[in-house]
Amino acid sequence: MTTLPPDVRLPAEANRVVGRSLSHRDFLEKVKGSLAYADDWWMPGMLYGRIVRAQVPSARITSIDVAEASALPGVRAILTAKDVPQNQIREEPSGLGIDPVPMPVLAADRVRYHGEPIALVAADRPEIAEEAAERIIVEYEDLPGVFDAERALDEQAPKVHDLGNRVVEWRFERGDVEEALRTAFVVVEDVYRTQHVDHAYLEPEAGVGWIDERGVLTLRVSTQVIEHVRDIAEILRVPQSRVRIIGTYMGGGFGGKEDMTVEAHLALLVWKTKRPVKMVWSRQESLLARSKRHPFVMRYRTGAAADGELVAQDVRILGDAGAYPMLSSRVLFAGGVVACGPYRIANERVESIAVFTNNVPTSAFRGFGAMQVTFGYESQMDQVAEALGLSREEIRERNFVRQGDPLPTDEPLSTYVAVGETMRAALDALGPRAKGAGPVGRRVGRGFGCNIQPYGRSVFFADRASCWMGFERDGSLIVRIGVTDLGGGQAASLAQIAGEVLGVDPARVSVYIADTALTPLAGGTFATRQLYMSGNAVLQTAQELRDRLVPIARDLLDVADGHELVFGDERVGVQGDDARFLTLSELVRAAENSGVMPTHLGTFHAETGEFDPRTGKGRTFPDYTYGTHAAEVEVDLETGVVEVTRYIACHDVGRAINPSRVEGQIQGGAVQGIGYALTEQIASEEGLVGSSLFADYLIPASTSVPDVRPIVLEIGPGKGPFGARGIGEPPIGPPAAAIANAIADAVGVRITELPITPEHVLRALQASSPVGEEAPRHKHAATS
Amino acid sequence: MSKQPLTLTLNGEPVETWVWPHQTLLEVLRDELGASEVKYGCGEGACGTCTVLLDGESVNACTVFAVQVFGREISTVKGLMGEDEVLHPLQRHFIENDASQCGFCTAGMLLTAVELVRDRPAASREEIRRGLSGNLCRCTGYTKILDAVEAYASELRAGEPRRNEP
Repeated sequence: MTTLPPDVRLPAEANRVVGRSLSHRDFLEKVKGSLAYADDWWMPGMLYGRIVRAQVPSARITSIDVAEASALPGVRAILTAKDVPQNQIREEPSGLGIDPVPMPVLAADRVRYHGEPIALVAADRPEIAEEAAERIIVEYEDLPGVFDAERALDEQAPKVHDLGNRVVEWRFERGDVEEALRTAFVVVEDVYRTQHVDHAYLEPEAGVGWIDERGVLTLRVSTQVIEHVRDIAEILRVPQSRVRIIGTYMGGGFGGKEDMTVEAHLALLVWKTKRPVKMVWSRQESLLARSKRHPFVMRYRTGAAADGELVAQDVRILGDAGAYPMLSSRVLFAGGVVACGPYRIANERVESIAVFTNNVPTSAFRGFGAMQVTFGYESQMDQVAEALGLSREEIRERNFVRQGDPLPTDEPLSTYVAVGETMRAALDALGPRAKGAGPVGRRVGRGFGCNIQPYGRSVFFADRASCWMGFERDGSLIVRIGVTDLGGGQAASLAQIAGEVLGVDPARVSVYIADTALTPLAGGTFATRQLYMSGNAVLQTAQELRDRLVPIARDLLDVADGHELVFGDERVGVQGDDARFLTLSELVRAAENSGVMPTHLGTFHAETGEFDPRTGKGRTFPDYTYGTHAAEVEVDLETGVVEVTRYIACHDVGRAINPSRVEGQIQGGAVQGIGYALTEQIASEEGLVGSSLFADYLIPASTSVPDVRPIVLEIGPGKGPFGARGIGEPPIGPPAAAIANAIADAVGVRITELPITPEHVLRALQASSPVGEEAPRHKHAATS
Repeated sequence: MSKQPLTLTLNGEPVETWVWPHQTLLEVLRDELGASEVKYGCGEGACGTCTVLLDGESVNACTVFAVQVFGREISTVKGLMGEDEVLHPLQRHFIENDASQCGFCTAGMLLTAVELVRDRPAASREEIRRGLSGNLCRCTGYTKILDAVEAYASELRAGEPRRNEP
C-alpha cells in the first residue's frame, strides 16, 4: 500500500497551482477547431473500412456470398471469420479467475445479436465500401432467441451460449436478513427497472491504422484504453511489441470507448491490405451495435425499526448482459457492492446476477452498475420514510454510513464519509419551498437522492500507473504518461500536479499521453481511476525527481538539512529567505554537470487486497465518492410531462485539483443522469433495435434541463493526489432517484421504471387515487 | 452522373473543387477542402455538431448538398478568428468559463451562438437556451456554455451600445 508522504498535504493557501481553475492548451485548440480527433487524420493512399452487421438477433449463418461485392471497382479487401487468425476476444471478466466466454471478432456461424459484425470491407472511397457492404449477401437460418433477462434465467429458455445463460453471480451477506425482516417494524418492498441507454458521445467511434516503417501495426484511435494492443496482437497472432496504439483526444467516451470499438476490425483490414485504413462508425451504427448500459431489474426489501433505524436490506439485481460478457461481471460486482447505498444496515444481503440474452451487449458506462442501484436504494429510502411518517432527511441522517462502517462485503470504509454534509448543502441550496398554488394544471414537487460511487479499479486487479518526467535545460518540464484524455481535462490536471510539486508554471509543462510505444503505461481512463492512479503516479514521480535534485540545490545554496527548500515560480529557494534561490534552469544544468539526471521514471501502485467470490467477503474498491442531488420538478397532470425546474448537485471531492473542471464534471454527469431518468432509451422488440436514429434517441438539449448548480465540498480527504476523490462517474448516479422522489412528492405516485416518460406518469396517475386525496403510496408496508 | 465544379468562399477565401452530386457539404468540407474543424456527429441533422454559417445563417452541413452552395459563403469556426489567430471574444469566454470539455460540439456551438447574439444582442439567458437547443452537448450539461454566451452578449452590449434593442 502506498501512502502519500505527509509533506504533500499542503494547506490550500500554500498551493500555487493545485486548486486553481487553470485552462490548458488542449482547450485552446478545441475552441479554435484545430484539435485533430481520430477522424481528422488522413494518410496518402488511405482506404475506408466498413463493417457488415447482422440484421437478425439470433440465427445460424448458412452462407456469406461476397462475389458481387468483390467485383466492384475500388474494393480492396473483404474479410470474414475465416480470415481472422484468432477469432476471439477473451477478456478475463472478473479479475478473479472466472472462465470467460469468448467473443468472436467476426461472427462465424452463429449470430447472437442484431448488429453483430460478420464481414469487413476496405475500399478506395467510403461510398464504395458502403456499396460493397450492401452487396455482401448473408443468409440466415433463424434460431429462437431470448430477449428478456428474467426469461433468460428459465431453464427452458433458448441458450445464448452452450454453457447456459448465466454470466456471473455475486453474493454478499452480513447478519441474518430474513430474521431481521421478519421482526422489522416496517418492510418496504418494490421492484425497480431500468433501460438500455447509449453513451451518445458526439464523436462516433473512429480511427486510422497503418503499418509503420518498422513494420509495426499502428492505430490512431479514439479509445479510453491503449492497452488493447495486447488483444489486437492476440487476434493477429503477432508479438505485442508489433502493435502500437496512439490514443487521440476523445470527443467523449463515458465508458463506451473502454472496450474495443473500431480497433480489431481496423487492425485486420490494415494487416490484410498493408495500406492505411480509416474506419468511422456512423451514428446509426453506433446506436445499433455498440455496447450499452445494463438494464437492471432490482428487487428491494428494506426493513426498519419504528424509530427509523434500518435493520435489514435484501437486494436482488438482475442485469441484462446481452450476447457477450464484455465487462458485465465487473459492472454487476460494482453494483452489488454499493447496492445498499450509503447506509449502515446491520443485516444486508445482495445477490447480483448477469445473464446472457440476444440483446446488444452491455458493458461499461459512467457509473458502472453503481448508478442503476441508486435509483433503487434512494427510492426505497423515501418509501421507508413515508411508511414510518419520518421526513426524508431524518431517515437518511439516522442511517448514513460513517468511516469504519462495513459494506455488505464486510470491509470497513477507510476514509471520512461526508454524505450527510452533501445532503445538507444540497437542501440548503434548494432553499424553502415557494408559497402559493404554483402553475395551473401542474404540481410542483421536490426530491433528492444521495449516493456512494467507487473510484479506482477493484483492489484485486493490483492496479498501477507509470510516468516519466524530465526537465529541459530551461527549466520547462516534459511528462510522458500513457493516460487517455476523455475531454475531462485529464492531461491538464496532470500538468497542474507536476507543476505544483516542482514549481513549474503548468504552461511550461508539456504532457504527452496515450501512446503505447512512447509513454509509460498508466492504465485506461475508466472507473474514475485516472486522477487517483495517474494523478498519484505524477505526484510520486515529481516528488522522487524533486528528492533527487534537492541535495544539489542544498549544496549550491549552502543550506543545511534542517532548512526547508521551496519549489515555486520556476525556482527553488530557501524558505523565509527570498534572496537565496536558484532558477530551475540553473538547478537542472548543475545537476547534469554533476552527473545527476533531471529525469525520472516512477510507478504508483494502488492498494491491493483479496476478495473471495465464494464467501463474498474481502476488499473491493480503494475508496468512494459521496454526493447528493436535489431537484424541483413540475408535473403536468394532463400530459404527464415532467419538467425539471431546479437542480442542485453536491459532491465531496476531498480536494478539487481544478475546481471549475470539477464543476463541469458534476454538471455534465447530472444532465446525463437527467436524460437517463426522463427520455433516453434504446428500444428494441424481440432483439431488433428500433431506435438507431439520433433523432429518436433523446439526449438532453439545452432546453430540456435547467441550469445545474454545482456544489463542490472539500471535506473528507480521499486517496487521490492532495486528498482528491474521483469525480468522473459519481454525478450520474443520483438524478433518476432525485427526480422519481420529486415526482412522488408532487403527485403522490411512485414511478419504478425508467425512463419516466409522460406515458408512465399518466398511467401511474390514472392507477392511483385522484390527486389530493390521501392514499397509501408504498406497495407493501407490513407492521409487526 | 459525374463530378461537377464547385466554387465557394470558405472563411473569406475563394476555393474551387469538384464534387459528386450526392456529396453533402459536410463531406466536401472535410474530405475535399480540409476543413476538419467541421465535425460529423450524426448525419441526420439532429445534433448540430456540423454547424457552419451559410451566408451568415447557421445550417447543419450534413443536410445540405455541396452543389447547393455554389457561389455562396461558408464560415467555419476558423473564420471566427482574426489575423494571427486572435481569438474571437466568444472563444475567449468559452475558455474562461470552461464551456468546452471534450470539445467535439464546440465549433458548432460557437457558430450558432455567434449568430444568435449577432441577431439578438439583448437575448436573455432563456432566449440563449432556446437558441442553442439545436446543438447538442453530452459533456457540460450546458450551464457553463450558457454562462459563456451570456457573458459574451453582455460584454458586447457594454462595449457597443445599440439603439434598436427589442
